[in-house]
Amino acid sequence: MTDTQIAGAPSAGAVVSKGGRKKKKDREASLWSDAIDDLRRNPVFLIGAFLVLCLLVISAVPQWFTDGSPFDSTACVLQDSLKTPSAEHWFGYDIQGCDVYTRTVWAARNSVIVGIVTTTLVTVIGGALGLLAGWTGGIVDSILSRFTEIFFAIPLLLGGMLIMSALPGNAWTVSLVLAILGWPQIFRIMRSSVLQNKNNDYVVAARALGAGTLRITLRHILPNAIAPVIVVGAISLGVYISAEAALSYLGIGVQPPEISWGLMVSDASVRWLQAPHVLLFPAVALSITVLAFIMVGDAVRDALDPKLR
Amino acid sequence: MAELTKNATEREPILQVRNLVKHFPLTQGILFKKQVGAVKAVDGVSFDLYRGETLGIVGESGCGKSTVAKLLMSLEKATAGEVFYKGQDITKLSGKALKAVRRNIQMVFQDPYTSLNPRMTVGDIIGEPFEIHPEVAPKGDRRRKVQELLDVVGLNPEYINRYPHQFSGGQRQRIGIARGLALNPEIIICDEPVSALDVSVQAQVINLMEKLQDEFDLSYVFIAHDLSIVRHISDRVGVMYLGKMAEIGSDAEIYEHPTHPYTQALLSAVPVPDPGAREGRERIILTGDVPSPANPPSGCRFRTRCWKAEERCATEEPLLAIPSRFHGVNTPAAHESACHFAEEKAILAV
Amino acid sequence: MTIIDKTSNVPAPRSAPEGTPLLEVRDLHVEFHTRDGVAKAVNGVSYSVSAGETLAVLGESGSGKSVTAQAIMGILDMPPGKIPHGEILFQGTDLLKLPAEEFRKVRGSKIAMIFQDALSSLNPVHTVGAQLGEMFRVHRGMSKKDATAKAVELMDRVKIPAAKARVGDYPHQFSGGMRQRIMIAMAMALEPDLIIADEPTTALDVTVQAQVMDLLAELQREMNMGLILITHDLGVVADVADKIAVMYGGRIVETAPVHEIYSRPAHPYTRGLLDSIPRLDQKGQELYAIKGLPPNLLNIPSGCAFNPRCPKAQDICRTDVPVLHSVTEQDGTEMPGRGSACHFWKEQLHG
Repeated sequence: MTDTQIAGAPSAGAVVSKGGRKKKKDREASLWSDAIDDLRRNPVFLIGAFLVLCLLVISAVPQWFTDGSPFDSTACVLQDSLKTPSAEHWFGYDIQGCDVYTRTVWAARNSVIVGIVTTTLVTVIGGALGLLAGWTGGIVDSILSRFTEIFFAIPLLLGGMLIMSALPGNAWTVSLVLAILGWPQIFRIMRSSVLQNKNNDYVVAARALGAGTLRITLRHILPNAIAPVIVVGAISLGVYISAEAALSYLGIGVQPPEISWGLMVSDASVRWLQAPHVLLFPAVALSITVLAFIMVGDAVRDALDPKLR
Repeated sequence: MAELTKNATEREPILQVRNLVKHFPLTQGILFKKQVGAVKAVDGVSFDLYRGETLGIVGESGCGKSTVAKLLMSLEKATAGEVFYKGQDITKLSGKALKAVRRNIQMVFQDPYTSLNPRMTVGDIIGEPFEIHPEVAPKGDRRRKVQELLDVVGLNPEYINRYPHQFSGGQRQRIGIARGLALNPEIIICDEPVSALDVSVQAQVINLMEKLQDEFDLSYVFIAHDLSIVRHISDRVGVMYLGKMAEIGSDAEIYEHPTHPYTQALLSAVPVPDPGAREGRERIILTGDVPSPANPPSGCRFRTRCWKAEERCATEEPLLAIPSRFHGVNTPAAHESACHFAEEKAILAV
Repeated sequence: MTIIDKTSNVPAPRSAPEGTPLLEVRDLHVEFHTRDGVAKAVNGVSYSVSAGETLAVLGESGSGKSVTAQAIMGILDMPPGKIPHGEILFQGTDLLKLPAEEFRKVRGSKIAMIFQDALSSLNPVHTVGAQLGEMFRVHRGMSKKDATAKAVELMDRVKIPAAKARVGDYPHQFSGGMRQRIMIAMAMALEPDLIIADEPTTALDVTVQAQVMDLLAELQREMNMGLILITHDLGVVADVADKIAVMYGGRIVETAPVHEIYSRPAHPYTRGLLDSIPRLDQKGQELYAIKGLPPNLLNIPSGCAFNPRCPKAQDICRTDVPVLHSVTEQDGTEMPGRGSACHFWKEQLHG
């Protein structure tokens, strides 16, 4: 007798109206469809995604955005060295008398490659191994954890110098090196996140129903464990772009005539008091890129948590 | 008495547990772990469960009652012993055969906040059993079935697209029960199903469970520490202490004619909601704590806290059987009790 | 070894001593400002407790029973918590008006609190001896050696075996019951006048529960302290309390001396709680269940907070908030200490 009245309780009733979104009665909701639904309405995500899209287009076809080319040696005139921004040259000139705008646009490609490729590799390698270690436990976990600690002990720059000295310096090799040295971080986050979640009763309940390892991993563990990985991944994307700059500065990253924002920043930092604009524009481009990815990452994480909707 | 005749004539056990043992190894070492001991969580437990009945299992934390639940569900591998479901030993099963048995034995968990995946909708949670066992319901039928189940447990079927956090504790426990019912099981293992709920909501859930038992002819193993609720819902009750069954019998036998000192102490310690009873009421207050299951006392496990303990208790382990002094005596005290000095002691019942 | 006591250690109920009560809470309101709105956790609670007396505050989660205690202890998180209204008179002084420093001195030395979860209330990186001794060093300025000696004495007092040997142990090395004893020792350390125990035995096993409650009652009697026992367990209340305040939706819905409430509740909520305890003669029948759910504090029902769940609710219950009426016998004789916040208390009590 009491049952139907319980169902009409206020706490659950209040929720539908809150989002202001009318759910079709027969729509079958799931975490992912609800998340996509949520993202479509989230301005933070939309702005972030728009910026990321722009960035990808710029990286893919920089010639659409500028007439000049950084590889055209005749384009730079030493006379223009360190000239400040003007109506024709919005970003001014660098020390070599090259147009900073052109260089910033063309440099996007290498920086974006380093950022995205490294983050992808790190997340896939670290995430997969972390999931494996956390979920399997026992000897596999012990071996993987000890193995990771070895990588952790290698300082980024020293390790980078060591490996890069044997490889050609371009965006792809830099990404590879950064990924090799960066995955342990994601591994540890993923592993502890899995450990936290795998003993929850809902995982036990799924096992009690006869669910296999694959289903438990994909349906129960991963969606609950992935949130911190997404956030750290988005934040470290910027770190990798800057790390590439550090490697370039040491002469082992992307090498001229190739250009990257990191390279531009490190070049400009030498006389930034004299000509701040040369430093400013690539640095701002880098910051916007990092911000865009963080916005997307944050929004995705929130969308995957029904409690925050 | 009615209870006894019913058991004897009508029914065959649906679940037979024999000498069930679970030891968790204690290990040391970073990479290569070596065993330095074992926590004897369950150490030789036997009982039967009959069709349509509720067997209550009570005991304090660390007595192994939750481990028994996990063993019955094959969520832990038994160290030794057997669990016969309709004559088949399920502790030796794996893979397909185990999955088939799982359809018939399901579980309701204690904590309604951690037992539902926060990132799944109610529809996905209750529908998951059908995805794992697709033969139970054809794909197009599942949504309707889920809504039926919501209705059965007293929730609005339109809530199918909501997430667990939008429900209260009691409602979430109903969702957990609906998930347990989805595969039409014969046995449901309930591990403290109401202890996390508010007092006024507990009664609602207990009523629901009793209603469902009648409706679907379910057998319950009802594990709890609340003695009054166990008494209300159970046909038979087993009392566990430190990995062993101390005493088992019908609810009236255990609550009104306990013969094991531990049961007597447990019953007398329960606060009675009647202030008139506090004067003149005899209470047995045990001293000390439950010993560690990694290093249980020799002989009778309860002897370190027992006021009747003698030398014999330290050397000879008492077996769970009808005490010899009650042999051939027609009394409710003649039920299985693992004590050398089993005798009745009147305790104000819960 | 085991104690079998026939006389019961529990103090017999006694009449409240004359004069001002030790603690008096007057019309206390507490609200929490959250993202989703204002949660009204306590909405005008008044109660008092005298020296040597045990007041049990009974309620479900969200009833405001713990928040009231936290306000008395001055350990509410503010913000988001806020006390817009009310007085907490302790030995005649309003604690809410005291400067923070003065309040801090009262807390710990005159009023102490025991929490449900002893493990998380004790600092895991310090020995229990150091934590007990700290009370004396901070409040009494004792030397380290004297403080440790005092700590051992306290541990003896709460009957921890081999106190001298265990004073250097860490909290995790004790069992749940022993940890709760240490918590009690800590609360007793400065011989406070009032102890607030928030679900002190809920996390413990039944047989250990009895030990701890007995210890608490014994110490209370010895030191003639006031005790506020916050719990949801009607059984524990019946065992130790002198008087009861039942809370629901941030208000006190019924007050009564312990002996009377169980036999003659004057509020439908109390009646419902008592009825939902499984009883022997109900075996095989449906348990009585209060329908519905406890109220959402962000959106407390208008009128009587219990009205959506009440079997006796009338129109007036949905519009008018019932005050705590003094309850009388049918012939008008006063029933001291009894009150009911129900428009229909007469029907409930006498009907």
